[in-house]
Amino acid sequence: MGRGISGKRTLIQTLAAIVSNGYVAGFVHGTIYTGRLKTVCVPGLNCYSCPGALGSCPIGALQSVLASRQFGFSFYALGFLLFFGALWGRFVCGFLCPFGFIQDLLHRLPGRKLRVASRVDRPLRLLKYALLLFLVILLPMLLNNSFGFSKPFFCQWVCPAGTLTGGIPLILANESLRNSLGFLFSWKMAILIAVIIGSILIYRPFCKYLCPLGAIYALCNRFSLYRMRVDEHLCIDCGRCERICPMQVEVRHNINSPECIRCGRCRGVCPTDAISGGFAACPAARPAGRGTTE
Amino acid sequence: MNKQAQSRVPAILALIAAAAMIIVGLLRSEHLVVLQKAVNICLECIGIG
Repeated sequence: MGRGISGKRTLIQTLAAIVSNGYVAGFVHGTIYTGRLKTVCVPGLNCYSCPGALGSCPIGALQSVLASRQFGFSFYALGFLLFFGALWGRFVCGFLCPFGFIQDLLHRLPGRKLRVASRVDRPLRLLKYALLLFLVILLPMLLNNSFGFSKPFFCQWVCPAGTLTGGIPLILANESLRNSLGFLFSWKMAILIAVIIGSILIYRPFCKYLCPLGAIYALCNRFSLYRMRVDEHLCIDCGRCERICPMQVEVRHNINSPECIRCGRCRGVCPTDAISGGFAACPAARPAGRGTTE
Repeated sequence: MNKQAQSRVPAILALIAAAAMIIVGLLRSEHLVVLQKAVNICLECIGIG
């Protein structure tokens, strides 16, 4: 059962990555898609400067509006973020985000795997909220130049997705961009290499500690339409779900934790099928309303 | 209203609010700012600017 969920998830992740990066000509010619579809935000972290990107990264879109001269607030980008968050919560991270998928693939590489101790892990998880507040919202909103414009600080100084899926392919295919490389690119490459090595050793370190998009969806996890449930009458407290959870969620007590990316591994190992997930309108395939924990 | 239907209310309200925010953003032409940024190579995003 676990393998079935995992296989379906990989298939959905692959399709989501292909659909949001379907502009093949961009990879061939070292350019990007310039059509009107780019007014629409995609749910996952997918840099709009990726040669294949057909839509806009919601975090990039939010920063670009906040950093513009005309607007002090972005109803548009926040509307998309709230829409995806209210519908799916961090299901987006687990199934639809291309950069999450890349980290999943990296973690499948053979070698030693680490589980970060709780006393280090818990405070580090707050870092993504700080990055969201300062680099994504406050600095682009407040730190304007003399013309009234600001910059997308998170994209510029942190985002490894932009470096990997936008920077590297464009620089390989475009000589004029290659000639413009400097300190910033080296800095961003250092972050990318750290995230790649980290992802091989630890499950999704970028999602856990750094991703501001994950932080927004985390805030929606408790009330989103898609959510997880534990049937307390079926649960035998064996603890397998918590031992296998790669996001270190306390499944039995807090299954809709802000850290749950709805990957479904807990469902796969549950010997009594006590765990289910889905939209609130279509609960588990068992009698509802008798001792379910959400 | 049963417990499960009640638990859906915040999400549905949030979805309605999200749709309203997107419409307000469109009326303010915020989408054109997004489009302008997204159809040009973002030098900051790729580590050059």
